[in-house]
Amino acid sequence: MDLKPLFEPRTMAVFGVSSTNYRHPANEIFTKNLLRYPVKVYGVNPRGGTVNGQSIHRSISEIPEPIDLAVIAVRADFVPDVLSECIRAKARSATVISGGFAEAGKRDLQERIVAIAQEASFPFVGPNCLGIYVPSHVDTFFLPGERMVKPAIGNVSFVSQSGGILVDHLIKFAGEGVGLAKAISIGNKALLGELDLLDYLAQDPATRVIVFYIEGFGPNEGRAFVQNAGKCGKPIIVLKSGKSAGGSRAVSSHTASLAGDYASFSAALSQYGIVEAANELELISFCESLSAYAKPIQGRVGIVTVSGGHGAMAIDACTAHGIVVPALPEDVREALRKNLSPSVREIASLANPIDLTGSGIDDDFVATAETLFAMEEIDCVLALLLPYIPGITADLGAKLSSVATRSGKPLIAYVPHVEKYAMLIEGFELNGAPVSPSIEGAVLMVEALRRNRPC
Amino acid sequence: MLESHPDILRIIEEARGDGWVLEAAAKQLFSLAGFAVPRFALARTTEEAHRFAGEIGYPVVAKIVSPRILHKSDVGGVAVGIGNDGRLAEVFERFRGLDGFQGVLVEEMLSGIELILGAKIDVQFGPMILLGMGGTGVEIYRDVALRMAPLTEKDALAMIDGLKARRLLEGYRGAAPVDRGKLTETIRIFSSLVMELEGRIESIDINPLLCSAGRCVVADARIILKSISGTVSR
Repeated sequence: MDLKPLFEPRTMAVFGVSSTNYRHPANEIFTKNLLRYPVKVYGVNPRGGTVNGQSIHRSISEIPEPIDLAVIAVRADFVPDVLSECIRAKARSATVISGGFAEAGKRDLQERIVAIAQEASFPFVGPNCLGIYVPSHVDTFFLPGERMVKPAIGNVSFVSQSGGILVDHLIKFAGEGVGLAKAISIGNKALLGELDLLDYLAQDPATRVIVFYIEGFGPNEGRAFVQNAGKCGKPIIVLKSGKSAGGSRAVSSHTASLAGDYASFSAALSQYGIVEAANELELISFCESLSAYAKPIQGRVGIVTVSGGHGAMAIDACTAHGIVVPALPEDVREALRKNLSPSVREIASLANPIDLTGSGIDDDFVATAETLFAMEEIDCVLALLLPYIPGITADLGAKLSSVATRSGKPLIAYVPHVEKYAMLIEGFELNGAPVSPSIEGAVLMVEALRRNRPC
Repeated sequence: MLESHPDILRIIEEARGDGWVLEAAAKQLFSLAGFAVPRFALARTTEEAHRFAGEIGYPVVAKIVSPRILHKSDVGGVAVGIGNDGRLAEVFERFRGLDGFQGVLVEEMLSGIELILGAKIDVQFGPMILLGMGGTGVEIYRDVALRMAPLTEKDALAMIDGLKARRLLEGYRGAAPVDRGKLTETIRIFSSLVMELEGRIESIDINPLLCSAGRCVVADARIILKSISGTVSR
């Protein structure tokens, strides 16, 4: 099945558009694509009429050109007929937004639409979903366009069983500067599931990191998913819910008790180098660092800061995650000391973490970063920045990023996230270095690089 | 493995009625599959128990044989370190009063670190292999490593190294280390066996797998069969 028309449609038909009920989800989808996206959109409703000055077609067969993507938002009972109509009219794909299938106890109805699609090798997403959002291309989410918070265009694609979780994470992406390639809400995943989208996104040049929110897999689907994910070559992040479910079943062996549904899920993921995020904070941190750096590290970190407390907190967080903070050899320390500014030279602490003190200036950071990046023993540098220190300028982000780029090793920064410090943060982010609003978050970014093991 | 040892399938089919393979049959199965097992015999009478204990020499271990008792320790159905005929006779009499008594397994007493080597057929991920610190406290300490089968040698080594108690296996405080090669090999054979039995079983516990400097021995095992009727009889 060719999934491309789902994501790159040139033409789109929205079923269920109503000339009398403007709040119908189909109207929202029709209008936003008409006004905001380059896709050519047609409304379909057997009753006809007009919406936004556009006349509604009574059937897909009346539309003068072939349809790449059909968006179906009609009552569940009508979906099988609409789907068959689309197939007859040689439409190339669909998203079924309508609810009222397996999730409402109507498994038969769901099986019927799957059978219809399978017979024609016709790909569809859903039912009971929001569908697809590709920035600047297409948006089948029935949410008012002006109320959606849209992240910048980027390289992270997000596949979610839950539409709500997906949209909320797009808001978080926007807040933390994570760029989005494609967002797909798969709902009941009756035909297309995680496995199909994994295979598609693995080949998608716009996608560098793939995120999944998963509630559960069908029989043996998890096995195929991790095996394909392990071969995919792109970092994959999974957020799982329903971890505590299934505990009520009687269990007859110790192994069955210890290797419960979630324990097996988690073990299989890490066996194949898939990065499991425990919660939303981890998910966002992992997305930020893996979208910046796809190359795995062992996790040996050099830390530079101007505050002993920040260094100590970072060491604790690193230790808790099993990330190593190697000591600097005597000769390296002496060489670095000579490169520091005179007021810092005598008082800086050059163990790892390196504390440049409140007298530190941009040049001291640059000299320290050059030393750390040059060390064989260190494969990642963490810069904990306090923007209110007098000697630090708004330029420091750009300066440190360029040292990192030259070295080819990842740089991760901590800067408090308030509007006032935006220039410093931009200096990092525009140069491809992720910035966390917390020390723990910055260490989680290192952790993501350590756990990611693409082949 | 199954082609060369049709008896493995015979043992499983014979256990269908009980829903699980009892210890003696399970050990026979593991022995056929190439695992080390202790010397043991099934005694129906005190005299048989005495005769076998005499052959292997005291001390011995005695365990209840009953299709109704899945967890023998829970009902006092395991006695270790039995040193003489009198003590063995006492234990035999006590076991006779337990639910579903069919006899007593008399077994040579071995030493080593108690591990658990288990398998479970997961709905989403298929055969999973578990390695952990074994014994009766296994669900309290929960020091286990879990991986999807089939396992490579690298997987097996990573599982061993992933245990919190890893240092105990490496010869902690003067003790002889566990034979790492033997343990890795045992995990590998187990993984292959589980892959072949996937459609027939629900889960397996080898607990304890007794590991020492020279060997890894299946000291106790149970195989829970995939229920055809939907329930496992206890």
